[in-house]
Amino acid sequence: MKLELTPEQRAARGEFRAFAQAEIAPFADQWDREEAIPRELIDKLAGRGWLGANVPPEHGGPGLDMVSYGLLTEEIGKACSSTRSLLTVHDMACQAILRWGSRAQRDHWLPKLSCGEILGAFALTEPQAGSDAMGVLTTAEKDGDGYVINGRKKWITFAQIAGLYLTFLKCDGKPTAFLIERSTPGVRVEPIHGVLGTRASLLAEVFFDNCRVPAENMVGRVGFGVSHVMAATLEHGRYSVACGSVGIAQACLDACLRHAREREQFGQPIFEHQLVRAMISDMIVQVRAARLMCLRAGYLRQINDPGAFMETMAAKYLASTVATRASTDAVQIHGASGYVEGSPIGRYFRDAKVMEIIEGSTQIQQSTLARFDFQEL
Amino acid sequence: MDGPTMDQTQGLTESQGKIKEFLSRFFKNHDLKPEEDIFALGFVNSLLAMQLVAFVEKEFAIRVEDEDLDLDNFRSIQAISNLVAKKSGAAAPATA
Repeated sequence: MKLELTPEQRAARGEFRAFAQAEIAPFADQWDREEAIPRELIDKLAGRGWLGANVPPEHGGPGLDMVSYGLLTEEIGKACSSTRSLLTVHDMACQAILRWGSRAQRDHWLPKLSCGEILGAFALTEPQAGSDAMGVLTTAEKDGDGYVINGRKKWITFAQIAGLYLTFLKCDGKPTAFLIERSTPGVRVEPIHGVLGTRASLLAEVFFDNCRVPAENMVGRVGFGVSHVMAATLEHGRYSVACGSVGIAQACLDACLRHAREREQFGQPIFEHQLVRAMISDMIVQVRAARLMCLRAGYLRQINDPGAFMETMAAKYLASTVATRASTDAVQIHGASGYVEGSPIGRYFRDAKVMEIIEGSTQIQQSTLARFDFQEL
Repeated sequence: MDGPTMDQTQGLTESQGKIKEFLSRFFKNHDLKPEEDIFALGFVNSLLAMQLVAFVEKEFAIRVEDEDLDLDNFRSIQAISNLVAKKSGAAAPATA
């Protein structure tokens, strides 16, 4: 057994970290206040090949391996969860097309997505349907050689600027996935403001009013939208959220180690106070455990192991709860200085919470994981 | 499991034996027959669907494409082994 990064993965992590700390972290609090990441950042990410980083070279992407992809997500997520969430949803759209798209869809969309010419978004949630994906009310009705789509999607990350919506709906009453271009007549996008965390992720509500799309925009087949297309797409999203959560927790740990050594109370750095040190020790251990689970999930995904599905879900469950706990303790250790707007600590706290809600809530993972038959190493 | 011996007594080909072994992890306490409809048995859920795809792709070195998304391709051990045989470019194996 070998549990270490390859020299290439280590070098790639160095590049991800240097970029994230120079180009993202110093501005993340400003973007959080402004509720938007700038277009220039998206262009820079695209320039590095980090939008659709998993897309293989034959479709125009860099074909990053899954472990390196996880490291990229952790480093971006450590700097700014909103930026990480762009990678999450864009790459989920890429993943759906890679996994279940037709040859024509792969040839048409993946080069555009992987160079950032068009941004993808994951449109599942509706006002009445979240965890219960079968409960969506959006419909596609056959009309000649195409389909007519009606319905609405809410809380869609980066929908304000995305050009392609991977949309989950009902077709003949059966779960089905469609690619819907934003330019389709009848698509209306209303920005959502004032969310608690990942504030710069340009959320929107998307309305489809008699949108006519060609039949070739269906991903997979009628009836396979949830069991296959959504399942494969969400597995990728869970991996991204898991690695991003490790990033948040690591950012909290770094900040706490710094602060606890600088801040003095009762005549000594608070690092010398045992109860403070206990919180930091727990944070260290939990971050390391969550990262190991992410690395294992990434490895299993890389080798296409059937167990990757459940290991990824387990990693997401652990890492998201580690992030919320680490950020809660980070606020505690920082006191008032971490409780004010403009403090990255407060941002970590707000951003961590949503990780337990998206890509399967903590409660969905808790009620699901026990049903798996986990295999030994 | 004592693979070959048991498989031969049940008349399963090698690939059918592997498929059965995989499915048995989900269908505990049930001796799945080659033609038995796993959907009718009510065993299949979305947790199994993608794992089954990953299993057949890895085990048999094939790629399941969007055009293969048809419940009849995944309905039974026999159906899955037929799909595998078709994707491998081989003739569908008859049960021994």
